[in-house]
Amino acid sequence: MNSSVSIRDLSLNFGAISVLKDLNLEINDGEFLVLLGSSGCGKSTLLNCIAGLLDASDGQIFIKGKNVTWEEPKDRGIGMVFQSYALYPQMSVEKNLSFGLQVAKVPQQEIDKRVARAAEILQIQPLLKRKPAELSGGQRQRVAIGRALVRDVDVFLFDEPLSNLDAKLRSELRVEIKRLHQSLNNTMIYVTHDQIEALTLADRIAIMKSGIIQQLADPTTIYNKPRNLFVAGFIGSPSMNFLRGEITKQGDQTFFAANGVNFSLAHYDTPEVLQAGRKVILGVRPEHVKVNENLGAEVHDATVDIEEPMGADNLLWLKHAGHTMSVRINGARRFSPGTALKLGFDMSLASIFDAETELRL
Amino acid sequence: MPDAIALKTADGRASGKSVSGPSGPKPKRVISPRNIMLYGTLFVAAAYYLLPLYVMIVTSLKGMPEIRLGNIFSPPVEITFEPWVKAWATACTGLNCDGLSRGFWNSVRITVPSVIGSIAIASVNGYALANWRFKGSELFFAILVVGAFIPYQVMIYPIVIVLREMGIYGTLTGLIIVHSIFGMPILTLLFRNYFASLPQELFKAARIDGAGFWQIFFKIMLPMSLPIFVVAMILQVTGIWNDFLFGVVFTRPEYYPMTVQLNNIVNSVQGVKEYNVNMAATILTGLVPLVVYFVSGRLFVRGIAAGAVKG
Repeated sequence: MNSSVSIRDLSLNFGAISVLKDLNLEINDGEFLVLLGSSGCGKSTLLNCIAGLLDASDGQIFIKGKNVTWEEPKDRGIGMVFQSYALYPQMSVEKNLSFGLQVAKVPQQEIDKRVARAAEILQIQPLLKRKPAELSGGQRQRVAIGRALVRDVDVFLFDEPLSNLDAKLRSELRVEIKRLHQSLNNTMIYVTHDQIEALTLADRIAIMKSGIIQQLADPTTIYNKPRNLFVAGFIGSPSMNFLRGEITKQGDQTFFAANGVNFSLAHYDTPEVLQAGRKVILGVRPEHVKVNENLGAEVHDATVDIEEPMGADNLLWLKHAGHTMSVRINGARRFSPGTALKLGFDMSLASIFDAETELRL
Repeated sequence: MPDAIALKTADGRASGKSVSGPSGPKPKRVISPRNIMLYGTLFVAAAYYLLPLYVMIVTSLKGMPEIRLGNIFSPPVEITFEPWVKAWATACTGLNCDGLSRGFWNSVRITVPSVIGSIAIASVNGYALANWRFKGSELFFAILVVGAFIPYQVMIYPIVIVLREMGIYGTLTGLIIVHSIFGMPILTLLFRNYFASLPQELFKAARIDGAGFWQIFFKIMLPMSLPIFVVAMILQVTGIWNDFLFGVVFTRPEYYPMTVQLNNIVNSVQGVKEYNVNMAATILTGLVPLVVYFVSGRLFVRGIAAGAVKG
């Protein structure tokens, strides 16, 4: 696979504060990569470095095999879409789209052609003569995407493009961005703090924390096999259930023991690394707990503490062996607080982390 | 109909339906203690400032015999524009007897280039300091702002020497340069803060679009900056037009600005004090900043409204 963007040992310091630390990242041609993390994790900083709006303190950036570490933004073959749209308020939509091309002295005929094409793809032809102030949020963001589109670039950079929109528009534009990627097949790098956007859009997700990539993998792997405790807790809503305990052995059977309750680990995907006596954290997603049905061999007792019906799903907060646990079940199944339940755990989908290193075993 | 029942009890009366709470036009009380206090204070404050203006206008429209009667508040019995004509065209200062007109044109020749020059330079300064941070730009800015707090009087003698060495002491060019330099700290501060308040992403977007330093300044920043340019213009026009100290120190008599000319007319020691001419001359001198306020004030508001694009 051809590498489209390649980041090698990139570091960035603001004075004494280190924002990015020795970051390495290879982004494939045509890939949709999402940089995910909470605010201040360095994801936007990384994007600005790729765009050339911030100068790296150390390391190199290659785009299409060319070292662009010290190139101007315009020479990097990138287009960028910002959270606040950043449309030029005094120019019409048409002018906004064509400004970059006019600066680059592209012939007027070619400009008209590209603007028309972008307007058609994004369905903003009726808006071309309007000023940004006369557009709705969704329309403005479409124009902003169009501005990247007309530049005919190799790499699209999105800096939280949907964060200023309301929930309904956000999901609509999310689908459109995905469709755009499918039809254009450009490399796209997309920064967000929204895990739903990350999981739905990405070919691969890079989860960042304190300027370091915690895990780089496809959404399924990130979700099912989080590399460490941070990734496991960050992805998924409500968060994964964490139980502290240790590994015990009874004969050739391996168990996870916490608060006097044993969980059989016979079906865990890598049972061989689980030595007896090791202090670990068991992570179980709310939807991987069975309630009253299909329990399997091992059955646990719990009582309902709080019920949160969410329409399609029903979220139960349970008391189980001295800790609280969230369980997601079908919305049609209702249990009132105080009800006693039987639980079954699917350990083939669970994650076990070392209590010290917080890495997945 | 549980709703209607709830309404009834809440209203305390047996209204049919849909009427809830108070209705009808909001009652107005014109004379209340609050209003008397408010308008009374405003009236006193207005009178305090308007009374001297009234006296000036009234006096400037009287002839000298009428002024000698001493009733400074009484309106003119016989309105005459003679003092205005004299103040503009024939009042004497020393040997020259062409009134304020000479000073007026000098002031125009000083103010126009100084205002344009200082705003042009300061706006680029502010833009560079806000958007193109370079190593030491903060220090540079701090030093520039310190300049705003140094009293002018301290710097007069050094500047006289500098202008003399440059060979432009006593010329209009010299004075224009001095005005432009002295406007720099406060104007740069003004422009830098304004440009810093514009969304940074606009600047980034323009860079991605490939625009350079001047293209971003002229095509992106300037069209969004009308309000701050009007503010800067008001500041500079009034400041430079009303300046007396630099005008008298850095120029020769034939280049004296209007303020200096006015002073020379009013403080002329020979002959009778012509109060009506002095009043007319003073109003004439103050007219330019007044006009600037009235005209650009409206433009200022419109500029703010036009520039308001919610991000």
